[in-house]
Amino acid sequence: MAIGDAAGAAPRILDCGDTAVIVDFGNVIDPVTSARVLALDEALVAAALPGVVETVPGYRSLMIHVDPGTVDHDALYRLLETLGRAPAAPRRVARRWQVPVVYGGAFGEDLEDIARRHDMTPDQVVRLHSGSLYRVYMVGFMPGFSYLGGMDPRLATPRRESPRLRVPASAIAIGGAQTSVGSLPSPSGWHLIGRTPVRPFMPERTPGFLFAPGDEITFTAISPADWDELDAAAAAGERVAQVSA
Amino acid sequence: MTTLVVRKCAGFGTVQDAGRFGYRRFGVPVAGAMDRCALAVANTLVGNPPDAAAVELVLAGGRFVLADGPALVAVAGPGATLAVDGQTIPECQSARAAAGAEIAVGGARGGLFAYLAVSGGIAVPEVMGSRSVHARTGIGGAMLRAGERLPVGPSRGTAPMCLPGPAMPPEGGAEFRILAGPQFDEFEPQAGALLCSEPFSIDTQSDRMAYRLRGPALIHPGGHNIVSDGVVPGAIQVPGDMHPLVLMRDCQTTGGYPKIATVISADLPRLAQTRPGREIRFRMVARPEALAAARALRDWEQGLADALRPVAPR
Repeated sequence: MAIGDAAGAAPRILDCGDTAVIVDFGNVIDPVTSARVLALDEALVAAALPGVVETVPGYRSLMIHVDPGTVDHDALYRLLETLGRAPAAPRRVARRWQVPVVYGGAFGEDLEDIARRHDMTPDQVVRLHSGSLYRVYMVGFMPGFSYLGGMDPRLATPRRESPRLRVPASAIAIGGAQTSVGSLPSPSGWHLIGRTPVRPFMPERTPGFLFAPGDEITFTAISPADWDELDAAAAAGERVAQVSA
Repeated sequence: MTTLVVRKCAGFGTVQDAGRFGYRRFGVPVAGAMDRCALAVANTLVGNPPDAAAVELVLAGGRFVLADGPALVAVAGPGATLAVDGQTIPECQSARAAAGAEIAVGGARGGLFAYLAVSGGIAVPEVMGSRSVHARTGIGGAMLRAGERLPVGPSRGTAPMCLPGPAMPPEGGAEFRILAGPQFDEFEPQAGALLCSEPFSIDTQSDRMAYRLRGPALIHPGGHNIVSDGVVPGAIQVPGDMHPLVLMRDCQTTGGYPKIATVISADLPRLAQTRPGREIRFRMVARPEALAAARALRDWEQGLADALRPVAPR
């Protein structure tokens, strides 16, 4: 379990059938591990090895999808062994997104429950949640659904026992020690604390996706009165989230 | 422009090609034809590239009308049938359909998925480089409905063709080859042995996203929730109820259950065509065998066009 803490330790390289290889840095969620995953991703993309179809960064691993008809597995493994041992190099400056959120009420029906569980007021939960700098560790589950690291540990809450069958688009939720920015409506066992008018995934907009692994995110609490205007702008294709690089 | 009009499409008809690649890092599932071999046969018969977009039909088949122009049409899939204007077309043969022709596809009675290919390919707009429909997210469109009009691309071929001899790759029966999965070593030692020695059957609760398996419980002592990471179609993951499921083309891009094994890519189309209730077995192989099988399948696909013969006049 400690492997992810030791920058430079060799990751495990494992086959996922004949169409993918995964480089596993250990069963942990932490910023160092995430940085190593993203550094390996950049290095591998730069290497442009024939037969590599696409890569998917996760919390603690990088998945490399390959074309079994063209890839040279031995060359890929050798390259991954070299690149994977490198400690996380300082990355290019991440993009930082400022994401507006309406917390609580009809926008986040679990906010009061979360506050009660942690002996806080809903305002304290909002202050803690919107007071942290988050990093996108992984995009998965649904197109554009971002798993974030960096939540204040005081907000960690076990997932709901019975998942909801449908939560609205662009939900802000807490599941365990993680928080997320949703995209499309979907089932979810996470606690809904708010919603953002931002559309992380909108195929008819360019770019179709806003958040990528490695991006930083901060949340800004906004009033329900501001929702309609921002939501309409987002529906028309505006990003609504401020970005600085 | 030639158009394929859906008259009747029972169940889960969708447009599928080889799938959507390059967007999995953003959580976009790959989707694509469940049986790429049958897709390749149907496409080759009408002069299309093997991975052109076609209509995938599940179980019951469907009825269509060709509008605004002629085309070659062909059907592939175990036991699937094709009739044009009431005339039954022999297996592994394409047929010329005039504008207004009625096209009836009988479902894949020997499997699950049938493919209706039209010369020129189904030309719905590409979304992120593919025409494959992922119904759960709405990417690429939705399930086909009666009345829907599918544009057909321009085509060169006009003469019906056939593929003599066995058009499908050699049958492997009910045995499927697997490679050890990324968490194989974390399962109880007997789990891997059970996976390869005991029969499993495909549960009715299966779809394009995953096939659930019935069989012995496979125990992962570290619990059945791991830190989520990437998954592939073919991955055999074991959730908390300890019964494995095989991820299929519509699977999500990441998953949080341990993966004991992965069905090799060459055997996945055949697994896709295996009906619920049928008994299946797994056999562990090493990577070279999986790669050889993948390359053999690719060569078979690429060789299909050379095997085409004109249909002999009656």
